[in-house]
Amino acid sequence: MINLLWALVAVAGVPLVLGGYIFAVEAAMKRSGSRARGGLRPWLWLAPAFVLLAVFLIYPTVSTAALSFLNANSAKPVSFANYTYIFTDSNMLIVLRNNLVWLVLFTFVTVILGLLIAVLTDRVRYERAVKALIFLPMAISFVAAGVIWKFMYQYQPAGAAQVGTVNAIFSSIFPRFTPQAWLFNKSQNNGALIIVGIWMWVGFAMVILSAGLKGISTSLIEAARIDGAREGRIFFSIILPLMRSTIIVVATTLIITVLKIFDVVYVMTNGNLDTDVIANRMYKEMFNYQNFGRASAFAVILLLAIIPVMVLNIRRFGRGGS
Amino acid sequence: MNRLAALSRRLAGRGLLHLVLIVISLLWLMPTVGLFVSSLRPASLISSSGWWKAFTTPFRFTLENYGHVIGQANMGRSFANSLLIAIPATVMPILIAAFGAYAFAWMRFRGRNALFLIVVGLLVVPLQVTLIPVLRLFNVLGLTGSFPAIWIAHTAYGLPFAIYLLRNFIGELPGEMMESAGLDGATHAQVFFRLVIPTSVPALASLAIFQFMWVWNDLLVALIYLGGTPRVAPMTVTISNMVNSYGGGWEFLTAAAFLSMLLPLIVFFALQQYFVKGILAGSVKG
Repeated sequence: MINLLWALVAVAGVPLVLGGYIFAVEAAMKRSGSRARGGLRPWLWLAPAFVLLAVFLIYPTVSTAALSFLNANSAKPVSFANYTYIFTDSNMLIVLRNNLVWLVLFTFVTVILGLLIAVLTDRVRYERAVKALIFLPMAISFVAAGVIWKFMYQYQPAGAAQVGTVNAIFSSIFPRFTPQAWLFNKSQNNGALIIVGIWMWVGFAMVILSAGLKGISTSLIEAARIDGAREGRIFFSIILPLMRSTIIVVATTLIITVLKIFDVVYVMTNGNLDTDVIANRMYKEMFNYQNFGRASAFAVILLLAIIPVMVLNIRRFGRGGS
Repeated sequence: MNRLAALSRRLAGRGLLHLVLIVISLLWLMPTVGLFVSSLRPASLISSSGWWKAFTTPFRFTLENYGHVIGQANMGRSFANSLLIAIPATVMPILIAAFGAYAFAWMRFRGRNALFLIVVGLLVVPLQVTLIPVLRLFNVLGLTGSFPAIWIAHTAYGLPFAIYLLRNFIGELPGEMMESAGLDGATHAQVFFRLVIPTSVPALASLAIFQFMWVWNDLLVALIYLGGTPRVAPMTVTISNMVNSYGGGWEFLTAAAFLSMLLPLIVFFALQQYFVKGILAGSVKG
């Protein structure tokens, strides 16, 4: 019953209220004098957006920055203590290290694989089918992907039948392979998580890079072929330099994604066994430890890391890099 | 002779190309197929043999896992909750952003460019930065754990990107069209709803798909502002709770995860062009 009410509000109420607001604004404009009409109108059209942006983005950003200089319950100023803790405590350094490992491996492998698949599919007739398959994981949530890959990484002790796909594949290819607890071994678990991220995002890199590839004139490549250039040479001397700006757009987008990575870690390991990342640690500081000072400091670090990358990205994007 | 060698090398190259592509495709598809197949197997088999064994006789498939998660594991209600969250959280930001985009594109006022720059600048704000103050605000207002809280939050988070995209699209609409509508005596509201909205359908559709999928797949925002109460939990929250409490209950986890993927997969296959455009356009969103 309650749900039915919510459904009604959700589907009919929200658009009606918003549409009604604009008609009310126009009606009020008509009644008031023509002098007020011109000046006030744009502000009223923009008002809903600006109220929301001010209350839910601008004010919280300023507030979080302030909170990051206060103690756990925001009662006492602590200067830079939260930041020095994050950059000196050994557990926190592992969190930062993990984000860095994610950043390098995830970005690098995703771009390379995306580029490889874009170049290869360009030469076959079933291009669209392959691309659809690779892009498919972009449609599902990190939570579902986490379940999928936890299932893939299942581990039974050596000798038992391996139910996890990854261990089963390695066991059948290499008879002397010892099954691994991928999410528990500290030397492997970060890699195992990063693979999940790569599996989800290669499709994104592939689609953008493929569009960039199709923008390169075929006559240029044909000419090089006629001159006897090998495919490898063509790739490195012609295709790669021409795709530089597209690759930068893809890489910056991936970096922004990876800096904020949360769900996959939360679902698969919850940051245990040295797999924690900034966003998950921030969540823990908030809800498990109630330390709002440290949580805010983590958020600010995230913001400061993202700003330069995003500026680069938007500038490329605006210049038609998409 | 030389020609024959070149030809055979070319054929070998083609063969390798197909092989690599087929292997990559299978690798990419396998995890999802494994999940789907497992969700249809009885519990005793899931824990004792790999999912690929399901295709050897005797075949034993069941829908019981789905029955259980929908009925007892709260997934039925969570599915409804996900819809109740995602639909308004898609409609609200797009409509509000369209109002703003129209004002930015077709009205003249002081500070227009500076304000637009501020909106674009807000793209850099990761939503993590907003969590603590906004949660405190919702607590004061008594909104934490309610649908309107998460609608408003998703709306605000979606606005900078939506305004940016729509302002660019609406700004490109032909000026003569807008002017002649104005000369005919149409009000701004009429121009907006009868002219701007219908002609912007391609941009609106891509944006809508992106925002819908983003909200549907979101875990963090729901976790923070809804606080994990089962009554309002969307599927992502329910599944992540299941992962923590069930441990090895793979028959239910696989079914629940596939259930949560159903709608995105349908959207993906039915609206692939819009979907890809939406994801690509939206990838810079904070």
